Amino acid sequence: MSVAVAPAFAADQIFVALKYWLVLHTPGPFQTLVSILLTIIPIIVVFPALFAVTTVLERKGLGRIQNRYGPNRVGPWGVFQPLADAVKSLTKEDIVPRSADHVVHYLAPLVLVATAFLAFAVLPIGRNMTAVNLDAGVLFFFAIGAATELAVFMAGWSSRNKYSLLGAMRAIAQMISYEIPLILSSVAVIMISGTLSTTRIVDEQAHYTGTVAHWNVFTPWGLAGFILFMIAATAETNRSPFDLPEGESEIIAGYFIEYSGFKFALFFLAEYLEMFAVSGLGITLFLGGWSSPFSFLAWIPSWIWFFGKLLALIVGFIWVRGTLPRLRMDQLMNFAWKFMLPMTLVVIVSAGVWRFLPAGVAGSAALGGVIRWLVCALVVAGPYIALARVLERGRKIEKRTYRYAE
Amino acid sequence: MRMTLPFLILAILTLAGGVAAMTLRRLVHCALALSVAFAGLAALYLNLDAEFAGLAQLLVYVGAIAILIVFAILLTRGGDSDAEKSFSPAGIGGAVIALAVFAVLAWATETSGIAHPALVTPPPESAMREIGLALMQRYVLPLEVIALMLTAAMIGAVILAVRERRNPAGTESAERPGLGA
Repeated sequence: MSVAVAPAFAADQIFVALKYWLVLHTPGPFQTLVSILLTIIPIIVVFPALFAVTTVLERKGLGRIQNRYGPNRVGPWGVFQPLADAVKSLTKEDIVPRSADHVVHYLAPLVLVATAFLAFAVLPIGRNMTAVNLDAGVLFFFAIGAATELAVFMAGWSSRNKYSLLGAMRAIAQMISYEIPLILSSVAVIMISGTLSTTRIVDEQAHYTGTVAHWNVFTPWGLAGFILFMIAATAETNRSPFDLPEGESEIIAGYFIEYSGFKFALFFLAEYLEMFAVSGLGITLFLGGWSSPFSFLAWIPSWIWFFGKLLALIVGFIWVRGTLPRLRMDQLMNFAWKFMLPMTLVVIVSAGVWRFLPAGVAGSAALGGVIRWLVCALVVAGPYIALARVLERGRKIEKRTYRYAE
Repeated sequence: MRMTLPFLILAILTLAGGVAAMTLRRLVHCALALSVAFAGLAALYLNLDAEFAGLAQLLVYVGAIAILIVFAILLTRGGDSDAEKSFSPAGIGGAVIALAVFAVLAWATETSGIAHPALVTPPPESAMREIGLALMQRYVLPLEVIALMLTAAMIGAVILAVRERRNPAGTESAERPGLGA
């Protein structure tokens, strides 16, 4: 029994209505142009603004985790730090190494930022608020994501620096390895929804049984898929604990070591934009996109739900960064191929079982739902325990002794 | 076929990428120019409402094949060798083959009825769904056979790569980082 969500509220559709109003009040020949600009400009404004907020949040959060204050000199509690950072990066000298490949060196950050922005085109950031409603939206997202690898290579190769080339090699190896679990964990959602369109995937989840929404993360395969997706997303965006491509203590800053000033800021921006985009896709696929978890909370505008979930995931990213140490290269690859890949396949099988088990048995609908949930959880948990046993075999976990640190 | 402005821009971009890939001196530049041509082709597919073909082209060619080419260049020649330009008789043969392929494609396009706008059917509403159904129902056996072949090829490649290294010193201590460890 699913109840359709209540009709759209004025606050929910305020931006959509505003756009239509503005388009209606422009002269005829310019309507298409204005409509396109009104779709693109908010994306180009809102997400970099979110980037500015996130840098403060991250530095304050990391500071708290590491028992220090973080930035607290510019403005009250240091909230104007991003403005100071922006001025600094704009006024800094742009240094290009003499032996660098100037054209490719110049193009790399531009390609990276452009592809990072393109990914937002298919994300539904609110009800009726998808920039481009593609039939193959999820495929578009991954195709654009694949193009960022080439930009990373361009940056690493054109700098003519062994550290930057090493960083680019590490980044590409890592991105290719973790792209597979990333895509495979979304396959389960695509199978259940029966569509690649991000808008329709969210629509499927915006129904309620009783008061609880049909979010994919509430199912056993969805929960496991969401965890795997977010781990792979962390690796895709080169964030800690998967920040080997940057590895300050080993290769200084990886592929963007030879960039300074505003180009460095562009790399920084692109990295955070990718994090927002992939979190946005995680929200779309597993956390019900713009929909509310409970039907009695549906009065809160859809775009607040999306950005609230996005901020929650960002806080999760910051927390993980402050908590976990960096992996070694062999650990990284073993984790991707021996653990992530088999587990995503198990999740796909579990989603298949979910699809073909009846949701309700004769007599009681609730009992059938519970049985289906338990069976699917078993399909995920059994292989997980077996896989963990096999991988842990011959490995003794004991207290580490440090020679110089104690 | 009408020549719309997006088509012209994309066609020029694709052709420029292709020409640059043939004429630039540094191999890495050639590879990057080639990926521009791939991306332009993908955009042309998208312009023709062939979403799946366009995005698959982007995913496979720009995301995988371009990276593979770039890696192959880096790992074999260092990417710095400035090859001398020289006229070779093989070039004539290449040009003849290119012309022949172009002639065949042009002939096929002209006779297939695509050139007559009246005969062109509009793209289906849910093209992705139909492609998925075709792959999973009618063409499921070829799909599985190709999947099996690719898996065998990948395992073979891994076996070849592993044999080169007789002393796997680093891999012995490899450990799985647990989720909570």
